[in-house]
Amino acid sequence: MEFLGGKFLQVFIALAVFAALIGLIMLIVDRAPKSVKDKVTIVGFLAPAAILMLVGLVYPAVQTSFLAFTNASGQPNGLDNFVWMFTQPEALVTLRNTVIWTILVPLLSTGFGLAYAVFIDKARGERALKALVFMPMAISFVGAGIIWKLVYDYRGPSIEQTGVINAVRVALGMDPKQFLLDAPENTIFLIIVMVWIQTGFAMVILSAAIKGVPMELVEAARLDGANPWQQFRNVTIPGIRGALVVVLTTITIATLKVFDIVRTMTAGNYETSVVANEMYTQAFRAGEPGRGAALALVLFLLVLPIVVYNARVLRQQREIR
Amino acid sequence: MTVMPAPDEAANQSGTGTRPAKGRPVSPEDSAPIMRRVKTKLTSRWATAAAVIIATIWTVPTFGLLVSSFRPAAKQVGPRSDGWWNFFTDWDFTFKNYVDVTAAAGSQSANLSQYFANSVAIVIPVTVFVLVLASMAAYIFAWGNFKGREAAFIFVFALQIIPLQMALIPLLSLFTQVLQIPPGSYAQLWIAHTMFGLPLGIFLLHNFISEIPGEVIEAAKVDGAGHTTIFWRIILPLSVPALASLAIFQFLWVWNDLLVALVFSGGTADVAPITQRLAEISGTRGSRDYLNPAAAFVSIIAPLAVFFGLQRYFVRGLLAGGLKG
Repeated sequence: MEFLGGKFLQVFIALAVFAALIGLIMLIVDRAPKSVKDKVTIVGFLAPAAILMLVGLVYPAVQTSFLAFTNASGQPNGLDNFVWMFTQPEALVTLRNTVIWTILVPLLSTGFGLAYAVFIDKARGERALKALVFMPMAISFVGAGIIWKLVYDYRGPSIEQTGVINAVRVALGMDPKQFLLDAPENTIFLIIVMVWIQTGFAMVILSAAIKGVPMELVEAARLDGANPWQQFRNVTIPGIRGALVVVLTTITIATLKVFDIVRTMTAGNYETSVVANEMYTQAFRAGEPGRGAALALVLFLLVLPIVVYNARVLRQQREIR
Repeated sequence: MTVMPAPDEAANQSGTGTRPAKGRPVSPEDSAPIMRRVKTKLTSRWATAAAVIIATIWTVPTFGLLVSSFRPAAKQVGPRSDGWWNFFTDWDFTFKNYVDVTAAAGSQSANLSQYFANSVAIVIPVTVFVLVLASMAAYIFAWGNFKGREAAFIFVFALQIIPLQMALIPLLSLFTQVLQIPPGSYAQLWIAHTMFGLPLGIFLLHNFISEIPGEVIEAAKVDGAGHTTIFWRIILPLSVPALASLAIFQFLWVWNDLLVALVFSGGTADVAPITQRLAEISGTRGSRDYLNPAAAFVSIIAPLAVFFGLQRYFVRGLLAGGLKG
């Protein structure tokens, strides 16, 4: 355990330096002359975060955008990378998979999450039931990959199965299946892993939103003769619309960026690649940073409408205030 | 700001319809409470059954991993191996896998205790950096008065969509060539993670901080408090729930990260986090596959502990941030 000392000395020094920097900022802000005090405060409080974000996100993103119009040796090549993306069969498979992911994951996660939130609402042991479904949120994609490889494990038909699903299949008289190898349905089996992770997120947000729907409204609907389904459809759903939008958009963005699951489970082979993974493969493995950057740019354009929509909602809410 | 669940008793009553809504005329429906109670009970029984099925399906994969991690090598791989569920009939139990992945010496060892310490050493400073810097920025975005504030804030919000992959290559060359940050130290990881954590952090905290009543801040100003005093003495203490939730987010996010680690850690036992080691040992198929479940469990134990211990704050902040928009 002697390695611990060195590691924690580094941590301690980092924290001390950081504290000194923040202390300095506070001192400058406090001592600034009254006439410019507000301005100094704004700069002092915003600058550290702003600089880090400009250097860490904005500058690289701009550089990557230029890279998208260059070839492997860095020469400008116009729209070649995009032509490649929309004509080559393997690149088209990647785009198709990404579309399937972004449709299925948000819908399934939100659907399961909402159903589960309704089912366990006011049930006995609600907290424990919630924790069980929420738990995958805490597990890394790498860990989830190992967990689900075990679930999908395949052995030849003549020997004992070690994967749960194939064991069930054999018990039902079916042949064991190579879930991660057989295209195109293997994409679905990867999607299931993401749904497994995201459902907990949807469930927690929606469960709280459901509890926020005024009891009086539900009661009124009930007194008016609405059955449970009608109460749900006409009172609960409109009451949680905002939360539904938040959940759907958040999961959509997370899904568009998904990388680790595909990387650790199939590495994008067997026609399972998605844009975020292909980007990594092209840029870091195939020596085609231009193509990787072009894919990144497409990803950015795909997410853009969602963010614009969210930003507009955000602005409206702020104007109301 | 957050929705507190009603006490159990009240909730049950309202569910079965024995509590009339306030100020509402009693309708004929109320005269048949027994019928309704039976019906509600029935639907809720089906609902509970469905919930238990979903919960089971959601838990079995992780449970299978946990059980596998306690099974001896011969039961997991090779000719005499079988499914983990056989554990319950043959009771062959061992801790050896855990000892092997954490404590075994030699270059072949997974050496997870080293990597575990690395993850801790990465995650703690990053969480502190993000919390402090994001709350400072969020305070200005919520209460500062300058032109273009709205646009700047929406820009920060939009930064969340930049895929990490887009930022990695330029950032790596910036770190190593321009800033001369030595590779094989924590510094690159700390800075990179802080950069990537800020947009979400600012967004979450801003939503919370902007809900603090303006009168509180005005009153402090009248009393002669400056911005620093208001920030440290009023804003931060009032934001503890949001800070706690962001801390948990940040912890989980950094602990579970693989991509940033792959690019910036250099992969040595001095710096690399546990996820990177886990990906390494699980990526190479071979005779040591039986260690994967134990290794995976060692790596997910910390996030699970944080998650179960602080779930309340996590959920509370999630809602305050996400729903208040």
